[in-house]
Parts: sequence; C-alpha cells; structure tokens
Amino acid sequence: MDALDLARWQFGITTVYHFLFVPLTIGLSVVVAVMQTMWVRTGRVEHLRATRFFGKLFLINFAMGVVTGIVQEFQFGMNWSAYSTFVGDVFGAPLALEALLAFFLESTFLGLWIFGWDRLPKRVHLATIWAAAVGSNLSAYFILAANAWMRHPVGFTVEPGVGGAPDRARMTDIWAVLSNDQAWSTYLHVLGASFVVAGLFVVAVSAYRLWRHHDSDTGMFRGALRAGLVTTALAGAVVSLSGHHQAQLMAEYEPMKLASAEALWDTEAPAGFSVFAVGDTVAREDVIDIRVPSLLSVLATDSLDGRVEGVNDLQAQYEQRFGPGDYVPNVPVLYWAFRLMIGLGVAGIAVGVVGLWLTRRGRLPRRDWMYAVAVLGLPAALAANICGWILTELGRQPWTVVGELLTAASVSPGVSLGEVAFSLSAFTLVYGVLAVVEARLLWAYVKKGPGHVTPDVEPGERVPAFTY
Amino acid sequence: MDLPLVWFVAIAVLWTGYFVLEGFDFGVGVLLPAVGRDETGRRVMINAIGPVWDGNEVWLITALGATFAAFPAWYAGLLSGFYPVVLLIVLALIGRGVAFEYRGKAETAAGRARWDAAIVAGSAVPAFGWGLVFANSLRGVELGADGVVRSSLLSLLSPYALLGGVALLSLCTLHGALFLGLKTDGPVRARARTAARASAVVAIPAVAVFGMWTVGADGPGWTWVVPLAGAVALVGAVALAAAGREGWAFIAGAGAVVALSVLVFAGLYPAVLPSLVSPEFDLTVAGAASGEYTLGIMSVIALVFLPLVVGYQAWSYWVFRRRVRPEHVGG
Repeated sequence: MDALDLARWQFGITTVYHFLFVPLTIGLSVVVAVMQTMWVRTGRVEHLRATRFFGKLFLINFAMGVVTGIVQEFQFGMNWSAYSTFVGDVFGAPLALEALLAFFLESTFLGLWIFGWDRLPKRVHLATIWAAAVGSNLSAYFILAANAWMRHPVGFTVEPGVGGAPDRARMTDIWAVLSNDQAWSTYLHVLGASFVVAGLFVVAVSAYRLWRHHDSDTGMFRGALRAGLVTTALAGAVVSLSGHHQAQLMAEYEPMKLASAEALWDTEAPAGFSVFAVGDTVAREDVIDIRVPSLLSVLATDSLDGRVEGVNDLQAQYEQRFGPGDYVPNVPVLYWAFRLMIGLGVAGIAVGVVGLWLTRRGRLPRRDWMYAVAVLGLPAALAANICGWILTELGRQPWTVVGELLTAASVSPGVSLGEVAFSLSAFTLVYGVLAVVEARLLWAYVKKGPGHVTPDVEPGERVPAFTY
Repeated sequence: MDLPLVWFVAIAVLWTGYFVLEGFDFGVGVLLPAVGRDETGRRVMINAIGPVWDGNEVWLITALGATFAAFPAWYAGLLSGFYPVVLLIVLALIGRGVAFEYRGKAETAAGRARWDAAIVAGSAVPAFGWGLVFANSLRGVELGADGVVRSSLLSLLSPYALLGGVALLSLCTLHGALFLGLKTDGPVRARARTAARASAVVAIPAVAVFGMWTVGADGPGWTWVVPLAGAVALVGAVALAAAGREGWAFIAGAGAVVALSVLVFAGLYPAVLPSLVSPEFDLTVAGAASGEYTLGIMSVIALVFLPLVVGYQAWSYWVFRRRVRPEHVGG
C-alpha cells in the first residue's frame, strides 16, 4: 500500500459518491422547470404543488452535489500534482469554462429561484429555474469534455521539459478538445442516463405516494408518475443509442478497455458477446464462457463478422510501442461492471416502458408488487450509472491520459502516505455521515408529502419563498 | 501583450472577488452564535446571505479552475504543497454548504445546534486557512530543483503565517458584521454594530501589522501604502457604522479586503510560489504559465463572460436589496 493506491481509492470513492447526486441535479432541474412552466401556463394549482414538492427534494439533493463537487475541484491539485502540471494547459481550460459559464449561472439563478418566489414577476421567476437548469446541463459538457480528453487526447502537443523540468502538454486547438467525438458521445450517454435517474426518481416517489398514501393528491402524483415514466423511456432511448456509439469509440480509441470488459483474451473475428464467464486472470483464459455469437462484432463494428482485438495481442502491441509493462486493466471488475451497467440500466428503462403501458388511459396499477418494482427502478439506475463510471475510469488504466501519461507518474510526489491516508479516512467518514443525513431527510420529506412545502394558494396569489 | 502577467492579474481579481464576497458570508457564519442569540436572530442572519452565498463560493471554484488552466504548476504546487490546510478548508466548506440547506429542516433544537456548529467552524476554518496559505506563499515554501513543494503542517505554522490567518479571519468577521448592519433589521442589526466594534479591535492591528511585516520582508517600495490604506479604511468603516452610514461602512470594509488581497498578490509577483531553498528555484509567473494559445483563448472567453457574470450577480443582489427582518422568517 502506498500513496498512489490510496490516492486512487480516494478519487474512486469521492467521484462515485459525487455522481450519486449529479445525475439527479442534472435531470431534476429540468423536470422541476417543466412542472413550473406548466403551472405558469395553465395556472392549475396541482402543477404548483408538484413544482414545490419536487423542488424541495431537488434542493436537498443539490446541496450534496455542490459540496461533493468542491472536492473534485481541489483533488486534482492535492493528490495528482504531477498530472495537473502535465495536463493543465489542456485539461484546465474546460474546468475553468465550466466554472465561469455554468457554475455561476447555476448557483446564482438557483439562489434567485429559492428566495425569489415572492420578489420576482411570475415569468421572470420561471426563467430563473430554467437558467439554473441550463447551467447544470452545460456544466456536464465541460467536465465530460475534460474526461473524454483523457481517454482520447486531441488538440495538443507535448513540450519536453528543459533542465529536469517535467514535460507539459500544450493545447493547440480548443475546438478539437471541445468537439472531440468522445466528448459529445459521452455527453449524450451521461445526460441520457441522468434523465433516466431523474425520471425514475419521480416515478419512485410518485409510486410510493400512490401506493401508501393513495387518498391524498392522487391526481397530482398520477400526473407526476406519467411524466417520470415518459422521461425514463425517452432518455432510455438516448442512453441505448449513445451506448452503442460509445462501444464503437471504445473499440477504436481504447481497444484494451473493450477487450478487458469482454474478457476477450485473443483477437476474434467474428467476436461473440459474453453473457457469463469465469476466467483465470493469471493464465489469461476462460474456464466457463457463454457467448452470444457475433454480438460483440455488431456492437463494436456494426458488422456480423467484425474483428475485435483481444487482451493478449494488445498487450504485445503496447509493449512494442511503450516499452515493457502491464497494460491490462482489472479484467474481472471491468467485465462485471460492463454487464451490470447494461443489465441494471435496461431494467430501469424497462420500468419506464412497461409503466407507460400499465398507466395508459387513466389507469393505475392495482398490485402492490408493481409499485415495489417501480420504486426499485431508482437504485437500479443509480447503480448502472456507477458501474458505467467504474468501467470508464478503471478501463483507462494504467493510463491517466491514454498513451501519454501513466497513473503511476501522475500522483503528487511531495504528498506523503500519511496525508493521503488521513484525507481518505476523513472524506469517507464525512461522506458516510452525510449519506445517512441526506437519505433520512429525503425520506422524511417524501413521507410528509406535498402539504408541508406547498401552501394552498389561490390562482393569482403570491407564493411564499422557500427560506432557510 | 504579456499574457502570463494579464492572467496573473486575472487570477488576483478572481481571488479578490472571492474574499470580498464570500468574506462577508464567512463573517456572518462566524458571528452566528454571538449576534444571532435566538432562533429568530440566527434565521435572520442565514437568510440575509441565503440567496447569494453559493454564488459567492463559485468565485473560489473559478479562481481554482482558472489557475489550473493558466498556471498548472501553481495550481498543483499550491494545493499539494499546503495539503493539510487545504484538506481542512475543503472539509469545512462541505460541512458549511450542507448546513445552510439542512439546518432549517432539522426536527430538534439539538439538531439545529449541530448544524450551527458546522456553520461556525465551516466559516472560520476557511477564512483562517486561506490566510495561512497565502501568508506561507509570501514567506516561501520548501521548493527544490525538482519543482516539488514539500511541507509539513508544523512548518506552515510560523508566527507570520499565524498572523496572516488571524488577519484574514478577523477581517472577514468585521466584514460580515458590517454586512449584517446593512442587510438586516431588528436586534440582529443592533448587535451587529457592537460586533463590528469588537472585531475591529483585533482586525485593525492584525491587518496593519501583517501588512507592514509583509512590506518589510519582500514588498516593492510603494506597497507600504496598501496596508496603510487598508487600516484607514477599517477605521473609517467602524466610524461610518457607528454613525449609521451602513452602506458606506460596508464599502469601506470591502475596500480593506481588496487592499489585503492587493498586498498578497503584489508581494508574490513575479513569483507565485517563492522558494525558501534558493531564489533560482522560485516558481514564477512566467515559469508556471500555460502556452500563449491557451491564455489567448481564455482571455477572450473571460472578457466576454466575466462582465456577464458580474452583471447577473449584481442583479441578484439588487433583487434581494431589502433588509431581512424578524417577521420575514416568521419570528
């Protein structure tokens, strides 16, 4: 165990934790904005009640997204100073743009939205939640462009360090960095996944209310349930299509990640998609392997007999290109993260599609287990998101910037094992406590229902602001 | 045009914006128990900064992001070199941010008291911590030929650095008291006036002595004007507050924060992290800077968007210009 291992654990824990809140912020900001738009357009009080109720839940989640995001802004410099020095010229630019163009917009207008209910004209107040939602959705693009650059670095040259100084990347084309196909493809995938999570959040909350508190606000929660199901199904289509594109980019830019995620030891054409495998990672062969013929070829190359490279051949190629070393990421973790991402993601999206059918033409499901399944869609979708990031980040190993910088060469040389150990423990502890607090708070507000945050106002009356 | 110098000034402006804006909401947090004696008082205080504190904090995120892009080695050296202090700042900011949102939702008085403690610590630690970080930057860091900053917590706690922490913390506290005088009404407003006088007793000498020490050590010749102007502004702020001119008092207090920030960045230049080992190992503005291309692109974007940001943040302050009174929070 050294500082590098702990720094990696810390990055994994803080990032995965951060991403439990981010998809909800991204998706729910738009969902709440749409609800409020419907209220402003129709004047129907049930839309206002939905806006206030889901708005409150959104804010409870938003706070966690913000404070866990602060860690990310610091962490690159604290634990990964060698990485930061090497990439800052390229990687820092989208981060600075994210803060300047998106975070200011999001936080300033959210402040106006929370406290501005009785200060701003109705339409101006509506515009503030849309501005905040645009900020949230825009911020994701910049950070994903930065992340995409690590997986497919473009638009830069490397300037060798003089007199013992480290090498540094120099940006030559910001447009190449921002229009990287890996960036927009990942953006569609992550945004789609975020709206699946947000849709299933609305579904889970509404289903719970209809199931356990069916006598209050049935009309409102039936509407919200339908809206959540539609969001899930539409976003699910985006996730699936962009996921297919992501697999193709993976085959092109990070063949080792694809081979490892498939436990495909040797190059095959056509290649089958593995459904279940038990392998020997030392001997690099499978003991049990059940494959759907040609499916991987189709996924990666759009043809029935496309060639997909295997781990062993890629390892030999990389040794020739980059010198001796182990270029194989953690195969079992990637293999199962890939399968769980797809399986849980499809399960979540299925809740949306089947739910739409069950609630058609004013119907509501009658059986308890259907509501239970609807509630379970949310954790499934969140877990699928997490597995997606584990696949993305662990699959890039041993590199931080593919082909340019190794993870082992990225860590802060001046930071001791004790320092990282202390910060890792502190973050884990604080995050654990906050997770309990946040979950209890969300649960308490869901149980209380809309009455507690939604005053009964007549059309045309002023709506009191949220206060602290 | 010398783009690295332009960006050094831009980074200084972003940090200054951060200290001026979040400075007062740190002060409000520090004063929470002293000025907000009861639940109504505390809610008046928190709601006075409620609409703006998060937007204020983005100045920090932007300052760091811009430093990452424009001076990668400065960003890396600053955050890894002051690791223990930076870690405490981050933990404090986490607790504080969550506390603002969650304290009002606590079911019991004991629960609210816990969140209040998080707000007080979460506001005091970053104010003190950034003072410590920048004072140590001025003094110099253990920076060798390999360009790696190595420091232990103990080496960061020199008398000069501790004075820097005290200066920034007391200045933020005073700044927060002046803000409360301007933005609240009722008992909180009255107690804020007393708090301004009390915090000035520490802030004025701390800023003056820290300023003179800094100028004496490594400031260029003209910089002695800056701490003097800062101290005069603080004396003026307290006098104006006592005379009931709360708007001008707040502006004078903000002026003192700007003066302290100017002192720090003028004192650093042309280095960003001076080396204690030898001046030839100094991390300089020129040495830490990104390439012309990145700095040029970033300049255009900042020129377009920073005024826009300032514009809509100013508008949000205008929307919430009314004083927060006890009846606004149901007290």
